[in-house]
Amino acid sequence: MHEIGLVVSMLRMAEESAREDGASRIHAIHLDVGALAGVVPEALEFAFTAARQGTMAEEARLEVTYLPAVAYCHACGAEFEIDNRFGIALCPQCETPSADLRQGRELNLTHLEVA
Amino acid sequence: MAADSTTRDVRVSPHGTGAEPGARVVQVQKSLMSFNDGVAAANRQAFGSTLVLNIVSSPGSGKTALLERTVQGLTPDMSIAIVVGDLETDNDAMRLNAAGAPSVQIATGAVCHLEAEMVARAVDQLDLQDLDVLVIENVGNLVCPAAWDLGEDLRVTMLSVTEGEDKPLKYPRIFKNADAVVVNKIDIAEVVGFDRDRALENVRQVVPNARVFELSARTGEGLDAWLAFLRERRQAKANQPGIAAGAR
Repeated sequence: MHEIGLVVSMLRMAEESAREDGASRIHAIHLDVGALAGVVPEALEFAFTAARQGTMAEEARLEVTYLPAVAYCHACGAEFEIDNRFGIALCPQCETPSADLRQGRELNLTHLEVA
Repeated sequence: MAADSTTRDVRVSPHGTGAEPGARVVQVQKSLMSFNDGVAAANRQAFGSTLVLNIVSSPGSGKTALLERTVQGLTPDMSIAIVVGDLETDNDAMRLNAAGAPSVQIATGAVCHLEAEMVARAVDQLDLQDLDVLVIENVGNLVCPAAWDLGEDLRVTMLSVTEGEDKPLKYPRIFKNADAVVVNKIDIAEVVGFDRDRALENVRQVVPNARVFELSARTGEGLDAWLAFLRERRQAKANQPGIAAGAR
């Protein structure tokens, strides 16, 4: 359940940005979550419902964009999707193993909808 | 990029979906880890030349037993303090205090890992000045602690022979970030049918550059190499130019 810690950080950052913008309410929080970020969607959802109470985001939606893991092959320059939990796979073009992730560990608060 | 992404609205609000009338967009573009990472960087600064370890393992692998031994082995000539995280109780801090090291317990409640801010609050209760080694004993868990930088110099991941040889393959992330891997309870390896070669090969596969220590915190076997490693790393940090003289 480290999702609760993440959500608390997220809400803190969201409130800070919303206040800086002079907003009084947060209507939506947009997140990018990589496939290898170690986050369980259901746990994130549950943690958000619990942690948003009493914040500016009390009635906000959480919109999550899930990003697949993508690796770069140093041998042939291809970028390819990794569909395992290890973050390492063979390049489908030249079969060289690569763990050089170009995408997949994101855990980013991208933007808010505020009023 | 070969990948395409999908958007899923988790709809936790009973209120409207889609853009609210009158709502405006505020760009943030920040990692959720940025708050923790900022506190971890501040911790690193505050630790000065004190060598700081973050030790992670499953519950029951023997973290506290190893630390009792480590305290006994280092205290003749070094000062050591411990911050220990558990969901509940201060049993471990009491054990470690009894072993001779000032220890602070963090009871995390429902939280399954330590975060940099918890460590910052805990070390407020310790005198970092003149401290050679600070050990942070993380919550027993091979999953969540992997993602949280606490400001440590060394991440130590521990497994014991009763847990099976394939732990590094099952929990690669927590092994991948390790600077050192400790294999504990080698005194009972034979009895439990522990396949040493296979275990070490699995560790190497996930984290080729980590130092590996095979030891028994119960009997003391293999402990000398571990203690020598800590002394060497503490010395190296103390001699490092540009380290703030927070401690010594």
